[in-house]
Amino acid sequence: MWELISANKRKSVILFSIMGACLVLLGYFGGEAFAPGGGVYGLLLALVFWLIQSVIAFFMGDSVLLSSSQAQEINEWNHPKLFNIVEEMKIASGLEAMPKIYLINAEAPNAFATGRNPQKSAVAVTTGLLSKCNRDELQGVIAHEISHIMNRDILFMTFAAVMLGSVFLLSRLFLREMHFPSRSRRYTSKSSGGGQAQLIIFIVAIILAVIAPILAQILYFAISRKREYLADASGARLTRYPEGLASALEKIAFSEAELPSENKVTAPLYIVNPLKKGLNLSALTSTHPPILERVAILRSMGGGSGYLAYQNAFKKVTGKSSLLPASAMKDFTDVSAREPSREEEKSRKEKVRDIGDLLRAINNFGFILCACGLKIKMPPGFKNEKLSCPRCGREHEVPFVAMAAATAVAGDSVLPEKNRQEYQRKGHGWESFQCQCGRIMQLSPSFQGTHVRCNTCGSNIKIGNRSPHHGDTETLRKIGINPRSQASKH
Amino acid sequence: MWIILGIIILLILFVIWSYNKLVRMRNQVKNAWSQIDVQLKRRHDLIPNLVETAKGYMMHERETLTKITEARSEAMKAGSVGEKAKAEGALTDAISKFLLVVENYPDLKANQNFLALQEELTSTENKIAFSRQNYNDQVLFLNNQIQMFPSNIIAQTFHFQEEEFFEIEEKSERETPKVSFTTPTT
Ligand SMILES: [Zn+2]
Ligand SMILES: [Zn+2]
Repeated sequence: MWELISANKRKSVILFSIMGACLVLLGYFGGEAFAPGGGVYGLLLALVFWLIQSVIAFFMGDSVLLSSSQAQEINEWNHPKLFNIVEEMKIASGLEAMPKIYLINAEAPNAFATGRNPQKSAVAVTTGLLSKCNRDELQGVIAHEISHIMNRDILFMTFAAVMLGSVFLLSRLFLREMHFPSRSRRYTSKSSGGGQAQLIIFIVAIILAVIAPILAQILYFAISRKREYLADASGARLTRYPEGLASALEKIAFSEAELPSENKVTAPLYIVNPLKKGLNLSALTSTHPPILERVAILRSMGGGSGYLAYQNAFKKVTGKSSLLPASAMKDFTDVSAREPSREEEKSRKEKVRDIGDLLRAINNFGFILCACGLKIKMPPGFKNEKLSCPRCGREHEVPFVAMAAATAVAGDSVLPEKNRQEYQRKGHGWESFQCQCGRIMQLSPSFQGTHVRCNTCGSNIKIGNRSPHHGDTETLRKIGINPRSQASKH
Repeated sequence: MWIILGIIILLILFVIWSYNKLVRMRNQVKNAWSQIDVQLKRRHDLIPNLVETAKGYMMHERETLTKITEARSEAMKAGSVGEKAKAEGALTDAISKFLLVVENYPDLKANQNFLALQEELTSTENKIAFSRQNYNDQVLFLNNQIQMFPSNIIAQTFHFQEEEFFEIEEKSERETPKVSFTTPTT
């Protein structure tokens, strides 16, 4: 589908290959410098070294990244708005599978995407981003991240990062050997007078050891920066609203807070580099283009939101030649930007409270939305089956407690197993109940089946028919059943 | 001799590759279309809850609420594509009017329940727009492939047909967009 991806990939692959050449040459001359004929071993060593690291990164990359940043997975129920925004961008991009969503408890606003392919991906955002950005801004950030997933940037950047790491390590190993010669350098005693060729190889090896890491880094940064611009361009096109991403980037740029546990390898995956923020580093040695330049490009798109508009803005702002090849553009008509979405700006206090609720929800607090508008919070391990609203006194059934009790009575084990859930319908109106995984299931008035499947945990829940002595449809209709909680009676 | 054989093999490979690409694109168009359908149904499901919750607060807006309920049942009844287009367009109108009126009811807007529903509705409207956007992209890719040389030869041989775009006729007022529907021909 994406002509654009392949066109861009070609250039990246060339840069990537030059990086590979750095590694191979370094390995060869390093080996040859230690012992004549050792070049092949050096070369093999370098390749095997890179391969092993790549395999590790391929299979464990996302889990290492997510756990090192202490990300917690959230579901639809924890934060409907974020979930919706991700789903909107999933739909807009035509991504096959819904990415998992992770939350990082950190004040610094930032986000990243991971995953080795579009079928198995994840996006992570910080609580700081959630509390500082409005809907359009969040949408812009998520669109940028989903673009990375669509463009398959993550795997590519991981391999490039691993290669950079390998070049660094190999050159350091070699230079240290030069400083503290060990017994492996036998040739010095044997061939002191002989072999001018050996001397040349030796000099070449030292020059390579010094230059290769610098060159590899420049190449790596070039690949990374280009992919950031491209993700911005795709993000603007997906949302049809470049201003959303622009103003989010601006907020991230001007935030004082710092991300805690970061290291150099994961830095390029974030939407804005968490390490060098604020510093004015030279353009060659930064993984990300300067934020304000990215903002300026997005704001110069002149009412358009397509690739052509981004391309023109890019030329105007940076003065550089084109970002995208013409062959890639022919498949896209240009589109104009949409209006900003209408949204009530919440107060700082409300936002902080929302984030608190969210963190509690992830840590297994239960919530019930009362018909009076109050959100009632229950700590993990809440045992009462009924609960009255502290504001209006309406009585609520606590869905997960009731369910656990029902299965216990039915003779199953105390904790409900998967595929062992049952929900008894109370009427023929709208009803909702909570699956054991926390997802809220809705039954429509027209629901006739005997089972529903939870899309989050996959368990199959039996739906019992309405028993006659429970509340009737009419009363349920009158009180206004809400979609996310148990129906309540006055 | 070997050269001719090589060329024939290359040609066959090209036909297979080209054909598969067209099939893949056509499937993507179909998927994109079904996504629009899913979101329209989701909207139908949301409305009864929304009306129930709003009823208690919006005493003076009986008309707006009735309109939205009627538009929904019209949309659900609609059979032909033309009818559906009209009914869904009317529903979009009714919803945007409703969301404008809501601004006058601070109590309703303080209701967590309603906020949750409003978020769902807003997002569903977005999803309808984004799925339409993606559908049009996919149709564009497919149509380009069908028109361009040399894939047009394969497309003609295997009777791949161009798809229609899903257009919106924009009215002058922004609040009342009118949606027109077309189905893919496959
Ligand atoms: Zn990025
Ligand atoms: Zn209450």
